[in-house]
Amino acid sequence: MNDPLVRLSLLFLQMSLLAFGGANSILPELQRQVVDVNHMMTPHTFAALFALAQAAPGPNMMVVSLIGWHVAGLSGAILTMACVIAPSSVLTFFVAHAWYRFRDAPWRRAIQKGLLPVTAGLLISSAALLIKATTLDWSLGLLTVAVTGLLMTTKVHPMLVLGGAAALGAVGVVG
Amino acid sequence: MADPPPADPRLLETGSDKTRPGVAGIFAGFFMVGMRGFGGVLPWARRMIVEERKWLTEAEFAEVLGLCQFLPGGNIINVSVAVGSRFRGAPGALAAILGLMLAPVAIVIGLGAVYDRFAEQPVVRRAFAGLAAAASAFVLAASLKIAAPLRGRILAMAITVVTFVAIAIIRLPLPLAMPVLALASIAVLWRFEA
Repeated sequence: MNDPLVRLSLLFLQMSLLAFGGANSILPELQRQVVDVNHMMTPHTFAALFALAQAAPGPNMMVVSLIGWHVAGLSGAILTMACVIAPSSVLTFFVAHAWYRFRDAPWRRAIQKGLLPVTAGLLISSAALLIKATTLDWSLGLLTVAVTGLLMTTKVHPMLVLGGAAALGAVGVVG
Repeated sequence: MADPPPADPRLLETGSDKTRPGVAGIFAGFFMVGMRGFGGVLPWARRMIVEERKWLTEAEFAEVLGLCQFLPGGNIINVSVAVGSRFRGAPGALAAILGLMLAPVAIVIGLGAVYDRFAEQPVVRRAFAGLAAAASAFVLAASLKIAAPLRGRILAMAITVVTFVAIAIIRLPLPLAMPVLALASIAVLWRFEA
């Protein structure tokens, strides 16, 4: 139980089935476990790993393999990724075939309707915790606000935004 | 594992033998999705499945996506499982996941190694400060979009606020808080907002 890899694996096996709304809704719990409870990294490293995953191709879940990699190298990356994928995938595998039978059922609509406000609360929590870790000074806070506005009002390509933000940081305009 | 029988006759219409992919085809299709998925994988998955390879119609893809957003786990990972297993059972699902994740995992680990090596350099550190601030904005924008339909619904908004307080401020463990919040939310909205 004291092996960090075992702890991470058990954590991600649970998170897999709690990730309603995808990876972003489990970020607060990941940060709580990895930063606050187990002291595997600082909140700033956590935010940096999240940013790295955001800039890489592939699903949002990639942040999980980066956490595994940071804590336990290559085996950590692969094991944590497998743990976060397996339970939800097995569930999807079995439910997919029964989906047509219950997709119009009232109880299914009730579940979906009830989960939405909780998912929204989890995502806002993720945003708040990340912003707290990434707002190192007022200019970075301003950048977060500006990018949010840009994403809400335009269809600009995500990679352009991330690249631009990294460039602004590199040349010292922000940060 | 044997191919489970389709539960709906419409499933049988999916893909004539011409468009019905094999295990290798499923792997290859999702591998390309993983490679191209900079800044969001879902649009690429839709393009590959519906437009390029014609495995599913637009409506069928929307159905699959609806299911996968309903279930826990990464949406696109669930889509790969649902599509892979629809055509080739468990081997198809496995091929889809491996195809989807192989390139991104390799790339992200490479990036992580580069980051660890150069994180102490001032330019890299500053670039990452900017990148991370923008990445926070992506999550904020996503959360605002999800929360938008709740505007004006007092009960739903109250549940969102309670969730925020429980998770972000009190920092309750998710395995404890999530079942309670979810069940309470489903019950309250079912009873008072139906």
